[in-house]
Amino acid sequence: MRRFSWFNATSLTLGFAFLYVPMIILIVYSFNKSKLVTVWAGFSTHWYGELLSNQSMLDAAWVTVKVAVVSSSIATILGTMAAYVIVRAGRFHGRTLFSGMIYAPLVMPEVITGLSLLLLFIGLNVDRGVMTIVLAHTTFSMCYVSVVVSSRLVSFDQSLEEAALDLGCSPFQAFRLVTLPIIAPAVISGWLLAFTLSLDDLVIASFTSGPAATTLPMKIWSSVRLGVSPEINALSTIMIALVTVGVISASLINKHQAVRKKREEQAAERQL
Amino acid sequence: MALDVFSPWDDPNAKPLIQFKNVTKRFGDFTAIDDLTVDIFEQEFFALLGPSGCGKTTMMRMLAGFETPSQGTILLSGQDIAPVPPNQRAVNMMFQSYALFPHLSVWDNIAFGLKRDRMPKDEVAARVDEMLRLTRLEKFGRRKPHQISGGQRQRVALARSLAKAPKLLLLDEPLGALDKKLRQETQFELMDIQESTGTTFVIVTHDQEEAMTVASRVAVMDEGKIVQVATPDAIYEAPNSTYVADFIGDVNLITGTVKAEGDKLHLTWAEGQSEIVGSSSKTFSKDQNVHFAIRPEKVAISAQKPEEVANAISGKVLDIAYLGNISTYHVQLAGGQIIKAQTANNRRISRRSFTWEDDVWLSWTDTAGVFLER
Repeated sequence: MRRFSWFNATSLTLGFAFLYVPMIILIVYSFNKSKLVTVWAGFSTHWYGELLSNQSMLDAAWVTVKVAVVSSSIATILGTMAAYVIVRAGRFHGRTLFSGMIYAPLVMPEVITGLSLLLLFIGLNVDRGVMTIVLAHTTFSMCYVSVVVSSRLVSFDQSLEEAALDLGCSPFQAFRLVTLPIIAPAVISGWLLAFTLSLDDLVIASFTSGPAATTLPMKIWSSVRLGVSPEINALSTIMIALVTVGVISASLINKHQAVRKKREEQAAERQL
Repeated sequence: MALDVFSPWDDPNAKPLIQFKNVTKRFGDFTAIDDLTVDIFEQEFFALLGPSGCGKTTMMRMLAGFETPSQGTILLSGQDIAPVPPNQRAVNMMFQSYALFPHLSVWDNIAFGLKRDRMPKDEVAARVDEMLRLTRLEKFGRRKPHQISGGQRQRVALARSLAKAPKLLLLDEPLGALDKKLRQETQFELMDIQESTGTTFVIVTHDQEEAMTVASRVAVMDEGKIVQVATPDAIYEAPNSTYVADFIGDVNLITGTVKAEGDKLHLTWAEGQSEIVGSSSKTFSKDQNVHFAIRPEKVAISAQKPEEVANAISGKVLDIAYLGNISTYHVQLAGGQIIKAQTANNRRISRRSFTWEDDVWLSWTDTAGVFLER
């Protein structure tokens, strides 16, 4: 054990304070009775109730979930296909260029992505709304999916696919029956990543949405411009709680599975 | 009782199952297989033996359909297999890594190929159970691959590749991941299974002992070419080159010039030493430079000069390697050359006849060694 030192304690406190003080303040003030965000007037869950009766807020939440589910699903399909081709196609002419082009949107400023999509939609004369947000989110989140999936495919034992072909699978069957079930965890994390990215995107959604479609981040942003209300604090607290529960349960399940697999492997070697 | 010896390769009328005809395979500038021609017969247990990078795995992958030859043709039962994709070949492969599907149970792994053929459910079940019995895995059908031991995984891989009753089974270093004891047991199991199913096996290995144990014929490969194809005993007793002699087992090589005297060959190899007398089915021109190759276990070691033996040379014991069942003596001759002689330790070690620095005689008969061109 390393000895307790003032230096370590201080860095730890400062680091965590930097990360979590803003969120803690937000959570605490979501239970504030007062309508004034900066004045504490006692504990209350009033604003949570208010939130649930705010129809425009609920509409925005529904739009956000719809966009996130649809766009992350399309992005997962396209991103997995792209990753599969880039990893498996071997060395073809211009391969580096293609794989670079898949990852380029990762570092592209969101403003530029949003603007270029807006110009495209105007040029094609597409009515802007939920559909265009879905398309835009698919565009930028599929490269995240393909990064996650291709890192799994690189370590994938290719002889598994060869074995499937050898046993009579067509290439598509081999992918569906062998590759996909094995890389499924990576595909699911890719989907979750795309889902989260879509949930909290403000910039691209603002560029590509129309009058009929407002996502939750857009709603929050526009209402904050009129002054922060405790209602927004309550909403944010709910989102923090959802994310925390999701992340913790995912890592617990992962850990539990790893431990069980290890135990079973050891048991198998012992009983020989 | 006359034993019917299995040797279709000596029968000019036998139809080979597989024919490699002038097959060349290049990867970019690298030639993996170089103008190779070989026949493999039905029910053979054929071993491709060679160091890593000699092209043996490439040959196997061409048979499975994962590579296509750059030149030449491969025939399976007389038909060119180049245009047939791997999933339509009556060939199955057991992979070096076993390539078991981790998300499927042992039972489903074995059933995988059968289901692709749209075999009726009850037939699939019957066949899988038969395979489980054959590989003694009945108790493990419901386990996942990570829940069984390495040796069991090896047997699942074998069962899965045999389930579709292929014409030809390819085994890529099938026992490489097992420890020595398990490997030896499994070699005999493989031979039993090969015999009882009557399937043609082609095995790739770099382990010469394994090839010698299991195979009906061994092909020794080097740099994309087959150096020699023969039965294990012919490969061992009558290698056709110093490469084969050196690759298979241990060998003493003595260089010199040869001349024929009667039906024997005489080797002049060092000044002041008497000529080595041997015999050969090959003919050599007079004073041709040759290697004389002799296995250590064919060299006898004794304290006195033995009577009436074709070859006897004196030397001094330099080193003794004690391996339990046998001992290898490194004997230095007058000219400085070292010859290895091997004796079985049929007596306890405390009564060993020779020790370091002892003067000894090495002797062998005139048929013990072979002459090889240089």
